[in-house]
Amino acid sequence: MKTNDVIIQFTAKIVFFMIFFYAVHIFFAGHYTPGGGFVGGLVTASAIVLLIVAFDLKTVQTILPINYIYMVAIGLILALGTAAISMFTGKPFFTHFFDYFNLPILGKTSLHTAALFDLGVYLVVVGVTMTIIQTIGEDE
Amino acid sequence: MNNFLLFPIIIPFFFAMILMFGRNNIAYQRITTLFGLVLSIICAAGLVSKVYEDGPQIVTFGNWPVPFGITMVSDMVSALLVLTTLILALFIVWYGFASIGKEREKFFYYSGIMFILTGVNGAFTTGDIFNLFVFFEVLLMSSYLLIVLGGEKAQLRESIKYILVNVISSALFVITVAYLYSVVGTLNMADISLKIAEIDQPGILTVIAVLFLLVFGMKAAIFPIYFWLPSAYSAPPIPVLALFGALLTKVGVYSITRTYTLFFTHDLSFTHELLLILSILTIVAGCIGALAHFDVKQIIIYNIVIAVGVILFGVAQMNEAGLEGAVLYLIHDMIIKAALFMLIGIVIYVTGTTNLRKMGGLMKTYPALGWFYLIAAFGLVGVPPLSGFIGKLLIVRGGFEAANTWTTILVLASSIIVLLSAMRIFIYAFWGEQGQLSSKVQKNKYNRLFIPTALLVVLSIFYGIGTEWLMPFMGDAAKVLVDPSIYTNAVMKGGN
Repeated sequence: MKTNDVIIQFTAKIVFFMIFFYAVHIFFAGHYTPGGGFVGGLVTASAIVLLIVAFDLKTVQTILPINYIYMVAIGLILALGTAAISMFTGKPFFTHFFDYFNLPILGKTSLHTAALFDLGVYLVVVGVTMTIIQTIGEDE
Repeated sequence: MNNFLLFPIIIPFFFAMILMFGRNNIAYQRITTLFGLVLSIICAAGLVSKVYEDGPQIVTFGNWPVPFGITMVSDMVSALLVLTTLILALFIVWYGFASIGKEREKFFYYSGIMFILTGVNGAFTTGDIFNLFVFFEVLLMSSYLLIVLGGEKAQLRESIKYILVNVISSALFVITVAYLYSVVGTLNMADISLKIAEIDQPGILTVIAVLFLLVFGMKAAIFPIYFWLPSAYSAPPIPVLALFGALLTKVGVYSITRTYTLFFTHDLSFTHELLLILSILTIVAGCIGALAHFDVKQIIIYNIVIAVGVILFGVAQMNEAGLEGAVLYLIHDMIIKAALFMLIGIVIYVTGTTNLRKMGGLMKTYPALGWFYLIAAFGLVGVPPLSGFIGKLLIVRGGFEAANTWTTILVLASSIIVLLSAMRIFIYAFWGEQGQLSSKVQKNKYNRLFIPTALLVVLSIFYGIGTEWLMPFMGDAAKVLVDPSIYTNAVMKGGN
């Protein structure tokens, strides 16, 4: 029997972006309020899972041709690299730096190296979650 | 403040990440792994000499003041263990080139090894009890990968048990750390030591001490919670078995040593008496297992259990001779167990069986293998001047000094059983009628297995003969264990 999935596919295309941008919002909100890389990563992964449910694994792999294992590795390197920056300046490992910058459009913004670390966490979480889900999904 | 002590942890971690790329290019994987290991060994050796000259090295993450930030402490005990770990990993990886198989090499085998080294070195170095848990998890996660990698039937069966046992013990670990935190209100190990000394270890802390013994004992395979070890360790291929046998139980032993010399030193008549009894029971249980089996892997695996008992017996004495012996014997045991597993790996390769009854007469066909096995077996037992001798001698002296005469005699007697169990392999496999021989042996592969093994045995000989030169380092290590104030002072003053 051919299933009718027009509605879920149409909705998923729109909702995917809503979830993804919400994840970005959570990611940046995490600096002072609840949120951060871990939650942001999970929300992003759930958005991709929604696409997999609405279409199928093969289609999503052609839309997003990402090697999630490399994503984990890049995330880890980013996190370790951020933590290691301070070693070059003679501070203990994991010391973070921040300052205020006047950016165009955004105005006065605080930029913190912890956000880079969090980006690493984000990539690792998305990578690991998607690797697990893809591995189980392929296994039929 | 000194970031240098982190290099033996960070370098394997970094190389593990790089190795996740290009997993089908085996040449790249092997060369990168070797490069990473050599680099880490150089740093670890530098760290040992730095600790020897300047005393314990401390760094507190994120520039936080000491009891609040996460502290990493490298004293002599941990620096020596880190160096030994990395050197053994180099030999095991080298040995694995010929025997681990392309399928595993293409599936993150080398990443797994590097991650496990990150965890092991981190556990040896951390000065924060919760981070000890974190590093335990890092090494356990990687060990789950390595134990199941290859997907043979036995591996799948044993890995379920292994994961179950470790998940339960990890849960208990967190619970125990939470108990400890709720009593002393700090996680920094030096700070815990001071707080416990202030309140003079009331009963609740003795309960926590026993809980810690349970948690770490499950990893270290002490009596009666060693039951998972023989079957779980027999499943993975020999290089992984050598890595596990040499390193993982020793992390548990180290953790018991650390907590029982740094924290729980105010009710010795209960906690250390318990440790003494358990270590003796561990030795007895290991001896029974080592004599009962005709499977070469099982015999050596039960010898791990015996060694754990002997080391903890040394720790339980709580005097300088006993602790110095424990550190010496711990490092000896790491080296010799790796060498023995690699040797019996070759025996299994040339005979095609693990059953002793089917082997025989290898002395004619592989004389060099026979002699190196004999040397390693004597080293294991502690025949002077080989590596096990001085360590055991000091442990025994510690036992007599602490007036534990009968138990010390039992430890001495266990040496004879160890000798018997190791000699049984020699008699059955190398003497007598020609037994089963595998028809698939390639001379080239045999040599590639044999060279790293022989070099490791030679290293163990040097460890025995060169004990004289190593004694200052061991003495430093024992001093830190005997006198926790060296450790706590260094952390409380040195870390910023």
